[in-house]
Amino acid sequence: MEFVTFEKVSLAYEEGGPLAIRDVSLSVRKNEFIAVVGPSGCGKSTLMKLVSGLSNPTSGYVYLNGREISGPQKCIGMAFQASNLLPWRTTLQNVMLPLEIVQPYRSQMRKKRKEFEEMARALIARVGLAGWEDKYPWELSGGMQQRASICRALIHKPELLMLDEPFGALDAFTREELWCMLQDLWREQPFTVVLVTHDLREAVFLADTVYVMSKGPGEILVRREVDLPRPRTLEDTYTEGFASQVHVLRDHIGAIRKH
Amino acid sequence: MAFNRRKFMIRNASWMLIVVLLLLWEILCVGLEVPEYLFPAPTAVWSAGIDRWEPIMMHAWQTFFTTLVGFAIAVVVGVVLGIAVGTYPIVYKALYPLLVGFNSIPKVAFVPVLVVWFGIGTVPAILTAFLISFFPVLVNVATGLATLEPELEDVMRSLGASKLDILRKVGLPRALPYFFASLKVAITLAFVGSVISETVASNMGIGYLMMAASSSMDMALVFAGLIVIGVMGVVMYELFAWMEKRFTRWANRGSNSVAV
Ligand SMILES: Nc1ncnc2c1ncn2[C@@H]1O[C@H](COP(=O)(O)OP(=O)(O)OP(=O)(O)O)[C@@H](O)[C@H]1O
Ligand SMILES: [Mg+2]
Repeated sequence: MEFVTFEKVSLAYEEGGPLAIRDVSLSVRKNEFIAVVGPSGCGKSTLMKLVSGLSNPTSGYVYLNGREISGPQKCIGMAFQASNLLPWRTTLQNVMLPLEIVQPYRSQMRKKRKEFEEMARALIARVGLAGWEDKYPWELSGGMQQRASICRALIHKPELLMLDEPFGALDAFTREELWCMLQDLWREQPFTVVLVTHDLREAVFLADTVYVMSKGPGEILVRREVDLPRPRTLEDTYTEGFASQVHVLRDHIGAIRKH
Repeated sequence: MAFNRRKFMIRNASWMLIVVLLLLWEILCVGLEVPEYLFPAPTAVWSAGIDRWEPIMMHAWQTFFTTLVGFAIAVVVGVVLGIAVGTYPIVYKALYPLLVGFNSIPKVAFVPVLVVWFGIGTVPAILTAFLISFFPVLVNVATGLATLEPELEDVMRSLGASKLDILRKVGLPRALPYFFASLKVAITLAFVGSVISETVASNMGIGYLMMAASSSMDMALVFAGLIVIGVMGVVMYELFAWMEKRFTRWANRGSNSVAV
């Protein structure tokens, strides 16, 4: 079943200005994990804003669950390269923020606060942050902040998770650890993921389908299914099959550079 | 030992500087035999202060009261306008040039107008204190709201948060350090406003007391008045500095820095 559909979507931030993305068509199945790679400034973040309804296309159509998107959607989880945690809230309070906004949690907050708190604590423990619930963001390392940020994006059980280079600022070890964490979360309780990344290994490791975009104005150049079995482990990343997938993508990116 | 002494010096530097300056002042006045009606020595100011303690206190309370009322109005107006300016780009566009222009007018120029409208006394002093001190509050609240990280706003909006939700959950808490920083500036400005107005158009308050004293060449009393204003200003400033520390501790730890 198709969950997100783009039909010849173009977007210019200013009327009559240059296009940020051009004629993008793609479709994402329910609970599919897609990754979008491409050179800087090609419109990857723009694509995310279109999916979540934060921007409207200049031409073309974006459908979510069969309905055309107009205006911000109600129940999407988002995480960015910067964790964007609120410094006046503890980890637990930060993670619970969506529950204070999204229905039906919002109206049940007063009655079920304890229950929601348990839910948040469980998720926090699930990503390896047990014991850090009552610490403030500045007391957490970059990797821990990012884990908390992903918890915040998932606590309200969104059908769609948007990740814009969420691991971009982390060291290689932490990054790979978080890949596994994300994959586990996704396999336990599937949701649809759109992941924007610069890291081709990350894209191949996590995604079912990888889209390669061209230099701005961004167009989809290649759609490539990654048919490696799941769950994928870090050992798998050293296998022949994995390496060849990465190589194919790298060749496509290389071809864009030469243009 | 030497280390401890340095710490002690740093902690008490402001007191020691005041003592040194007072001593220099006294020595200058006594040594050069400066007449008291021109420049009274600290001891003369002190004795004038003791002699006239009751009238000074009465006028000081008047000034303190007008300043606080004007300041309170300034905080309310500053916060409301600051939220409007910081949240709605159209209000910003419409209001900002006007406000900047208004802010460049010396507030003492309003006093004659206020006197015509309200007569001399407390009301023009309160209004002058208000006019002079609401601008920093407005600017800081607006800045705190307008500098919200766009990504954070995206996170909130994609959860379906309304503008009011974003303001309550993110905007206002985030603007709090800016707000408290502005209170420190605003309270000292409010004193300036009320005293200016009292010197021009009142028969009450420290400003009036100083005006009256200077016209009878009682310079010791004028200086006593100046010192009383200074002390009130410092005390209120420290109070708001303490509140700032107390309520926005997170702002000094995280990456967010605060403009004044
Ligand atoms: N708010 C905006 N207003 C105007 N132009 C914008 C805006 N955001 C992005 N653009 C432009 O749209 C194009 C695509 O930007 P986008 O942020 O989507 O790129 P990106 O692929 O996410 O880049 P990066 O990998 O560096 O994050 C760029 O040319 C950029 O200048
Ligand atoms: Mg981007």
